[in-house]
Amino acid sequence: MGVVKVRRGFHEARWEEPIIFELSNEGERGILIPLDDKIRREVGDVLSSIPEHMRRKDPPKLPEVSQMRVLKHYLRLSQETLGADLNIDIGQGTCTMKYSPKVNERFVAMVRELHPYQDEETVQGALEIMYKLDLFLREISGLDRFSFQPGGGSQAIFAMASIIRAYHKKRGEERDEIITTIFSHPSDAAAPAVKGFKVITIYPDPETGIPDVEALKAAVSKRTAGMIVANPEDTGIFNPRIKEFCDIVHEAGGLCGYDQANANGIIGIVRAKECGFDMGFFNLHKTFSSPHGCGGPAVGALGVRKELENFLPVPVVDYDPERKLYYLNYDLPDTIGKVREFYGVFPVVVRAYAWIMALGEEGLKEVARVAVLNNNYVMHRILREVRGADISYPANKRRIEQVRYSLKKLKDETGVGAEDVIRRMADFGFHLWTSHHPWIIPEPLTIEPTESYSKEELDEYVEALKEVLREAYEEPETVINAPHRSVIHKIEDNSWFSDPKKWSITWRLFLKKHGGKL
Amino acid sequence: MSHPYIPNSVERVKREMLSYIGVSSIEELYASIPEEIRFKGRMNLPEPLRSEYELYRHMREILSKNVSCEDYLCFKGGGTWPHYVPAICDEIAGRAEFLTAYAGDPYEDHGRWQALFEFESLMAELVDMDVVTVPIYSWGHAAGTAMRMAHRINGRREVLIPRTISPERFLVVNNYVDPALKLIKVDYDKESGIMDIEDLKRKISRETAAVYFENPSYLGFIETGGKEICEIAHEMGAVCIVGVDPSSLGVLEPPSHYGADITVGDLQPLGIHMNFGGGLGGFLATRDEEEFVREIPYRIFGLAKTVKEGEYGFGDVLFERTSFEKREKAKEFVGTAAASHGIIAAVYLSLLGPKGMRELGEAILQRSAYAMKALSSIGLKAPKFKAPHFKEFVVEFPGRKSVEEINKELLKERIFGGIDLRKHFPELGNSALYCFTEVHTKEDIDRLVDALRRILG
Amino acid sequence: MKLGLIVNPIAGMGGRVGLKGTDGPEMLKKAIELGAKPWAEDRAVDALKALLPIRDSLTIYTYPHKMGENAAKRAGFNPEVLGSVGEETTAEDTVRAAEDMRRVGVDILLFVGGDGTARDVCRAIGTSLVTLGIPAGVKVYSSVFSASPKAGGELALKFLRGEVSEVIEAEVLDIDEDSFREGRLSVKLYGYLKIPYDSNYIPGGKVPSSHSESYDREAIAAELLEVMERDVIYLIGPGSTTKEVMKALNLDFSPLGVDAILNGELIGKDLNERQIIELISGRKAKVVVTPIGGQGYVFGRGNQQISPEVLRRVGKGNIIIVATRGKLESLRGRPLLVDTGDEALDVELSGYYKVITGYREYTVYKVVPASTLES
Repeated sequence: MGVVKVRRGFHEARWEEPIIFELSNEGERGILIPLDDKIRREVGDVLSSIPEHMRRKDPPKLPEVSQMRVLKHYLRLSQETLGADLNIDIGQGTCTMKYSPKVNERFVAMVRELHPYQDEETVQGALEIMYKLDLFLREISGLDRFSFQPGGGSQAIFAMASIIRAYHKKRGEERDEIITTIFSHPSDAAAPAVKGFKVITIYPDPETGIPDVEALKAAVSKRTAGMIVANPEDTGIFNPRIKEFCDIVHEAGGLCGYDQANANGIIGIVRAKECGFDMGFFNLHKTFSSPHGCGGPAVGALGVRKELENFLPVPVVDYDPERKLYYLNYDLPDTIGKVREFYGVFPVVVRAYAWIMALGEEGLKEVARVAVLNNNYVMHRILREVRGADISYPANKRRIEQVRYSLKKLKDETGVGAEDVIRRMADFGFHLWTSHHPWIIPEPLTIEPTESYSKEELDEYVEALKEVLREAYEEPETVINAPHRSVIHKIEDNSWFSDPKKWSITWRLFLKKHGGKL
Repeated sequence: MSHPYIPNSVERVKREMLSYIGVSSIEELYASIPEEIRFKGRMNLPEPLRSEYELYRHMREILSKNVSCEDYLCFKGGGTWPHYVPAICDEIAGRAEFLTAYAGDPYEDHGRWQALFEFESLMAELVDMDVVTVPIYSWGHAAGTAMRMAHRINGRREVLIPRTISPERFLVVNNYVDPALKLIKVDYDKESGIMDIEDLKRKISRETAAVYFENPSYLGFIETGGKEICEIAHEMGAVCIVGVDPSSLGVLEPPSHYGADITVGDLQPLGIHMNFGGGLGGFLATRDEEEFVREIPYRIFGLAKTVKEGEYGFGDVLFERTSFEKREKAKEFVGTAAASHGIIAAVYLSLLGPKGMRELGEAILQRSAYAMKALSSIGLKAPKFKAPHFKEFVVEFPGRKSVEEINKELLKERIFGGIDLRKHFPELGNSALYCFTEVHTKEDIDRLVDALRRILG
Repeated sequence: MKLGLIVNPIAGMGGRVGLKGTDGPEMLKKAIELGAKPWAEDRAVDALKALLPIRDSLTIYTYPHKMGENAAKRAGFNPEVLGSVGEETTAEDTVRAAEDMRRVGVDILLFVGGDGTARDVCRAIGTSLVTLGIPAGVKVYSSVFSASPKAGGELALKFLRGEVSEVIEAEVLDIDEDSFREGRLSVKLYGYLKIPYDSNYIPGGKVPSSHSESYDREAIAAELLEVMERDVIYLIGPGSTTKEVMKALNLDFSPLGVDAILNGELIGKDLNERQIIELISGRKAKVVVTPIGGQGYVFGRGNQQISPEVLRRVGKGNIIIVATRGKLESLRGRPLLVDTGDEALDVELSGYYKVITGYREYTVYKVVPASTLES
């Protein structure tokens, strides 16, 4: 039996570590560069080969710090960061903070020094992995071809919007409207706007939280170019009429794009194809286990139906059975070009491939099922045992892999709100996230357990949340003034983020505007 | 059997949890998903390699079919380059905390916020501009953003770019600025490669939102006329955007010194492995002027006070700019991009310091200079362009063997030869783009020249 | 730092004893007879207590006795007392007080009362000062009030400390008194007051700053202009979001009434129902409206000139709703409401509408009859 405890003694590392510039000492060196004497004898003073006006006169004011001190500095900063590996990271809803198997880092190390322009025969291993992951994702999604070029979900959405635009342009049709929902990712609205589309956002039914077919009918027109939505949405609610949605958009002449950022609860159970989507993407750094790296690099694996294959960014990876060689294929006649230089973030592709190889079909389905089980277990515990917390859209209690809660009751009864609660959760070694903007749900919290944590760990998180909400009722000041045991204390003065006279985006601005004094 | 990645796949535990919820199977939890859309078939995936050792063997077998630039000599650049990655960069990159963190608040993730603030600050010194954003996807994406920023600032619809722009970056920018902007290519001087000022003057107009150029150029020469280009742009009311290779900024003037309004580039040379093209990380820097800062689509971290005296805190500056706050009203879009590359770059710049960056620049210039001398000595036009170069230069080969054939033979000698320019720059004839950095020793370069001498006969 | 304080001593008394408001001396007398105590002062004290942390650097300017001096002293402050009042205070005293506070140059003016008080303050100073309503009335329909007295005090504290970067224009509503007493709610848009905004203290959602609210309205006007058709009459309803299109066309307009445009020209200003019906007789017409009030009424709160008769002639398909994103967000997912007075028509008008929320931006939002909701 595992142990469940609320870590009242937890205190995150607090090094009070200065900014790197404050560690500078003139003359100290962190690393030396190989200046080849033999070469110098042959070529002399190379700096004079640069015309005077292009030669740097004042050296950059970088800090001068010896090697161990640099190491210590960044190690301390890493200790002040709560990575998923270290905590029960279920509070970063929509991010799918699951276990990134360490063995995959060994494989990443093996592909470090590959140059993308090496002769294809020297990177057959790399191309094979890209090719095979494409095949795997075709099975998982029902789509016909994948590209790993987009560097994240938002860039994949941008690629989809680009494809939609190119598709209609090729057919000579003037279509400039894209439909999305308010609980899909903000980029589902922002990226199409970059491509010149009008964006029509659907709010869901106020009772159930499910986007209504009637709303979609009001949104489509003869100018509909397509629809890009997530399902389940960021509330954790699955739209059961999604096929009808795709049918309606198709009838209106548009394409359907699937934002599968929330795929973790439905792998092997629901696919893009059966829902009627023409294209979609997976976040390999969410569902497929590649670690988040503080915010990238990442891959938004973009898949399309056969008819749209020629629009994909180039190159894709193909296999020539005659020469028994994998090769890069740039011959896609209608390609949108590129969304990123080269082929995508290959280490992420490697990790996703290895993860799928470790799990297989049954393993992937088990991932989804346990993620849903974990989520519903946490939801029932919170709704039954945690006073002050409610579910969003209480008329509909069905959730898939994550839940958006509302602390409105807590706020009304105690004055303590969601942002206070998340700061206090930091005192127990946890993250907790509210919601993307806009906050349709008042005082939101979004929790996504994934399949990676044990029942005891889920219990520990719930117990901590219970404790914090109890404090809100009995000693609200503790929560309002949190955090107390984290790396730093509460930030109340927001003027440094909005006032141009104060904002200190860099150390040098801080020196200029504030004389280096807080 | 329970899988190591899925703790609650133990049957007994599942039953406990189901019992608490009040259902008899997980299937009931999927009730909101109608039968008609359920996938009822089989996914044709390989049998799983359930033990870690089997997975390890499998991956090693596939990956051993690769040859790396540590096995062979690599003289290819073209947007991602072979450099030495200090051990401490790998050490910090591999830290579990940084590797697996994501979007936590400035409290429990303070370290990440400080590291990225330091990234912004160190880059600011390197490019000598006051405002730097958190890392962006790539140089191409950053350049596209800068062009759109210019469009939002002055409302104009054309951007002038050099004909020598990186072909990869061109495709990225071209898709990114469509449909808001039209790209117009400016010719280059056949002798020196630098931008043709007369052609620039002909093509610039009151419709020009921005002029963009790269320094050093994709083809390796230094755009010595940079100042004049920026002046012409400004006279016409256009924004001046310059893309740089940051490894050059220890010895080359940063673009802000000769008129750039926005500086962009790639972080890969700063301690990040090439990763088969996956090592990219874009950056964007500008002046601390509201007109520019308000147009930046990406997150910008800034220093803040906490309730404790003298304590550093961090937060998002002007968060309402980004798409997280304003959805489609926002400037462009933002998502998971390249944060860890920014942290690694911060470590790299901290290690090198001003002296290290200068030595790096000098070391690179040394290798290129020596290579030019050695290659010329066997009758090759190296460099083809009569101009100062940094890190890369075009080598023209005599007609009897194509670059493609030469590279095939170099491969037998365990050497990756320069990038074949035939496809994208046919006007340069039988030429290749060669790259020399601090990782190349005199012996390495001699080996290359020796092999070429034999291949060319 | 300077804070202005105006307390309407009789606000809220009517509600407590079952009357709907205390406007007018007869009603007040009745309320006092029924034993109502002046609780506005208590609310004022609650709000002011939140400002004690800055007591040493804050000067409170107020009016004598029950109009604020008593409350300030009870809360622990030593106020600067301006002006003079008689035994019974009137709306005119509120107006004079507000004007005096503006002369003094207060950083923020707190007024304690209800919609009537808000109206008086609005009449006196409009949007020339930053104000904030502390709710102490029965009728608190206007969007200018804090969630509670304590919340109002805390928000004022934050504002004075420079920690609130958002100041928005909020609606002041005017309720028809006679109808109200007879149990019918007939609301007009009276004007706007400028208030500091922070979602934690003002009921409603996260609304962007006034900088972007006005930007959003301009964007909506730009979109509307692009989709407007020739030879169609557009009836522009009250509200600053709808009137933005009049400004974009450089036309005269009535901020609180219904104006008509045809092919970019003004063909009718501040029209009543009769005039509208005459104007659109036999011609193609569309109606442009925006939700009014904190509850999001598309019809029935402030635009009754667009009567059921008008709406039947215009037709559901010719109704254009415009609203800023912030406005929709403040509804927290609740639907928009219609209350034309004709229940059958309300049902017909219900459904999903494509609301213009910006330039090339639409939001599909649900509209339901007000009667389907609990009051």
